[in-house]
Amino acid sequence: MNTSLRAVVAALALLTGHAASAADFNVRIVNLTNGIWFTPFLVAAHPAGTSLFAVGQPASTNLQAMAEGGDISGLAADLQTLGATIAENPAGGLLAPATSTDVDLNTDGSSNVLLTVVAMLLPTNDAFAGLNSVTIPTEPGTYVFEVPAYDAGTEANDELLTGGGAPGVPGIPADPGGLAGTGGTGVAAADANSTVHIHRNSLGDTDPIGGPSDLDSTVHRWLNPVVRVVVTVR
Amino acid sequence: MINLSTTMSRALLLIPGVLLLQACGGSNGSGPPAQPTTASFAVTVSNLTNAQPLSPVAVIAHADGYRIFAVGTAASVGLEELAEGGDNTALLAEAAAAPQVAATASGAAPIGPAGSEVVSIEVLETELPGLQLSVGTMLVNTNDAFSGANAALVGDMAVGDELSFYSIAYDAGTEADTERALEIPGPAGGGEGFNPARDDQADRVAMHAGVVSQDDGLATSDLSEQERFDNPVVRIRIERVN
Repeated sequence: MNTSLRAVVAALALLTGHAASAADFNVRIVNLTNGIWFTPFLVAAHPAGTSLFAVGQPASTNLQAMAEGGDISGLAADLQTLGATIAENPAGGLLAPATSTDVDLNTDGSSNVLLTVVAMLLPTNDAFAGLNSVTIPTEPGTYVFEVPAYDAGTEANDELLTGGGAPGVPGIPADPGGLAGTGGTGVAAADANSTVHIHRNSLGDTDPIGGPSDLDSTVHRWLNPVVRVVVTVR
Repeated sequence: MINLSTTMSRALLLIPGVLLLQACGGSNGSGPPAQPTTASFAVTVSNLTNAQPLSPVAVIAHADGYRIFAVGTAASVGLEELAEGGDNTALLAEAAAAPQVAATASGAAPIGPAGSEVVSIEVLETELPGLQLSVGTMLVNTNDAFSGANAALVGDMAVGDELSFYSIAYDAGTEADTERALEIPGPAGGGEGFNPARDDQADRVAMHAGVVSQDDGLATSDLSEQERFDNPVVRIRIERVN
């Protein structure tokens, strides 16, 4: 752990040393990428000890539906049963590269002290951005979280634009930017790591009508972080 | 407890107990020498990359409201000249003309991989409340990648306090990422720097997606796998020295 991360942890300890209490806050979500779109975001405050996913653990069926096809209804239902404070689809659709959206949450009267934000990256097979169960600060202020792309581990990253978005159906459901190619032969078989892990990035190629991938290596790659979440506590 | 898969940066600036430094009053007219009326910061920029020299850095001290860049917003011409050609002159001139800007400073030379440079910048103590520092530098073996710091809050740092953070690579959105030597000013290219044409995917700042390189299948690229990079690309340490 580097010095600045230790400092951050120390700061977090200070900030969370208070008893859990209600928070009225705004969540701004920035798509930092140059060529990746996000499916509708799911933003949720939820109780301590709960999470939608964990690195090194297999994805739930509902996480798989989000990561492979952008369907957040199952995860939202899971969160409802936990009594979570939920905001679905704050952008009212896809979030384009280098754009942002925001939503207000208020956890008054709840025990929802953790924040999770998830959405699928397009065009990918099963990549998703995940801010995973971070403690919601209670001190008024602005807090920035930088969010990496995970691989749900549930689908081969074949990078073929087939329209397949349902869980278990191979292929990429859509390329909103319209810059993908066709005729790829398929990049990869099943992930070596079938649990949730940091995504290894798309490969792509420079052949719009063939090659292994339908993705363009000059357009559809990314570097982490892919999303910035700015929490403003009032 | 922080999730190791995320980072939290600005929280550093909000640690309770960091007191707002008040400007010291004037002397009593006798006795000890007058208090200094300026505050200075040493900004250390370290290059973390394998083969991406950094252009001479631009350091700008300013009040809230000035930004070198914002994700989703078109780059200024000054930022374009920095990000395409590694020349910070126009960016610093733009800054000097902005009403929020208190001071500017330039690095003396490019910073090679594994290298660091300390740039000093000085402001009046009266300008400290809310003072922010921004830093810009180009990754010169690219078309228009840059890094730096965006409005780090330093006005409440006491003498001796330091603030360190890592920074990522952004794409100015002003030049297509051809990776061709003709359009890359750094040593891996030796080509053109700034060109006023804007021919990137979209005319706005976003994150850089990295160098593909000829070794990774981009046949038209003059860059090798050595010029690839991942985040973070730069470490910045700010110390208030007086």
